[in-house]
Amino acid sequence: MKSARQTALDVQNGDTSALSVLEESLAQIYSRNEELHVFLYVDEEGARKSAAALDERIARGENVGSLAGVPVALKDNLCQTNIPTTCSSKILEGWRPPYNATVVDRLLAAGAVPVGKTNLDEFAMGSSTENSAFGPTRNPLNTSRVPGGSSGGSAAAVAADMTPLALGSDTGGSIRQPAALCGLVGVKPSYGLVSRYGLIAFASSLDQIGPLTKTVSDAAIALEVIAGHDPLDTTSLPEPSPSLVGHVEDGVAGMRIGVVRELIDGADADVVASVERAVEVLKEAGATIVELSVPEFRLGLSAYYLIAPAEASSNLARFDGVRYGLRVKADDVTAMMEATRTAGFGEEVKRRIMLGTYALSAGYYDAYYGQALKVRTLTIDAFRRAYREADLLLGATTPSVAFEFGSKTADPMAMYLSDVFTIPSNLSGEPAISVPFGTGEAGLPIGVQLLGPGRSEAQLFAGARVLEIADGRL
Amino acid sequence: MPELRREDVAHVAKLARLIMSDAELDMFTHQLGQVLDHASDMNALDLDGVVATAHPFGLVNVVRDDVPRTCLDHDVVMAMAPDAEDGRFAVPRILGEAP
Repeated sequence: MKSARQTALDVQNGDTSALSVLEESLAQIYSRNEELHVFLYVDEEGARKSAAALDERIARGENVGSLAGVPVALKDNLCQTNIPTTCSSKILEGWRPPYNATVVDRLLAAGAVPVGKTNLDEFAMGSSTENSAFGPTRNPLNTSRVPGGSSGGSAAAVAADMTPLALGSDTGGSIRQPAALCGLVGVKPSYGLVSRYGLIAFASSLDQIGPLTKTVSDAAIALEVIAGHDPLDTTSLPEPSPSLVGHVEDGVAGMRIGVVRELIDGADADVVASVERAVEVLKEAGATIVELSVPEFRLGLSAYYLIAPAEASSNLARFDGVRYGLRVKADDVTAMMEATRTAGFGEEVKRRIMLGTYALSAGYYDAYYGQALKVRTLTIDAFRRAYREADLLLGATTPSVAFEFGSKTADPMAMYLSDVFTIPSNLSGEPAISVPFGTGEAGLPIGVQLLGPGRSEAQLFAGARVLEIADGRL
Repeated sequence: MPELRREDVAHVAKLARLIMSDAELDMFTHQLGQVLDHASDMNALDLDGVVATAHPFGLVNVVRDDVPRTCLDHDVVMAMAPDAEDGRFAVPRILGEAP
């Protein structure tokens, strides 16, 4: 499948039609979805209507937007009007949202064609999609491996050429990690850059929506479309969408890039080798390399696995069987809520609700949640110090390439540790990008991560583009 | 940090409105204990005087002018309710339940 950029140009110029691009996308979905389990729902009828309407507008001479006719896959924690939205949980099975997420409205306004909803770890809690109540997604590059998570379905959709663009959400690495494991570009934007209206909340002080694509420029186009102030999200930054596409080719000459030991140590040798080669490439492209140690990043994991569950336990209190979703009947209201939540939530979701409830409960609040919030401050201060010495930071995205199914499910802590390199950016609310760079064990892709201070997306895209060119893919 | 006991897990399940089997209580006591053990690396830090950060920007209340706007259609929203009566959410009895 062509890039989002090329597809939009071809559709707008009349070299192809939105409908024929959509048919190509649907054909690929139907040929591989049974095997890979990427889409939980395909909105064939709605997508055909959208594509036909775009073709009519283009025939009338209208410019329909920078994503003209581009099929898009949506992680199934993003609301789309009257389209089943499950969060891969039985507790929301059958629910159809009465409204669009702001990102969906913005995609539609830019001419994109949403084709369906992709699988995820239940409520975005996980790193492999093995926690989906509807079964795991397989990595299109090697079907015995996980695609990563929690946006594993969105990553697999792009990696399997079903759509050139997918949206995911990233609370502790859930866009960047699956992007790395599926050989894609994945962006976790600055906190507040993209509206979360219509994103079903996991941990509200950490969640951000972002794109997964095959190319850096496609990610920049998509982020420009979905970013910008939204009055419906109180955490939305007050400014309009930044200019990003125009900066993709800026290069890194004169930039100071900090190589962070704590974002590399503990990674497999093949991953470390990729990061080292990325350092050489950036140096050759004119960047100054600074070696840094930021020990606070290691503490981030401990803080994250108290803060995120604490917020989740509060956010998921709304699933009580009263207003939407599953209800298991019982004689009184408390018994109904208990029966509904017990039947509706999967094991990982229960684990995090329990952990969060404990961390927030009387007697333990100060020892756990309170400590974690202070460590969050230390992490943010550590980033500030690092950005006095470097413009961007560099490290690995994940400790290893895509792992085998079942290899970490028995040991939650082992699964949590796979997020160690991605979590710091969520704690600080700052942006980061994962870009494919080289391959490792079994020929599987490796992701290299660039991190920047708040609203440094343009520089991150420029840095990622240098690596993309050197990787020889485009 | 305090050690996590099985009765703590049972109490937390009650707070979280989750019903746990004996096997689940054992499993969660073990697994949550592991996560809390890992978090004990924070104990070694001197965090006196460090300000807590609950949110990357520090949340401020956002207000708008008090002007009526269109909102979600009542019937559309109620159509998704597990049970409704006269345009309202219906639930089993609330009063007189067991403690």
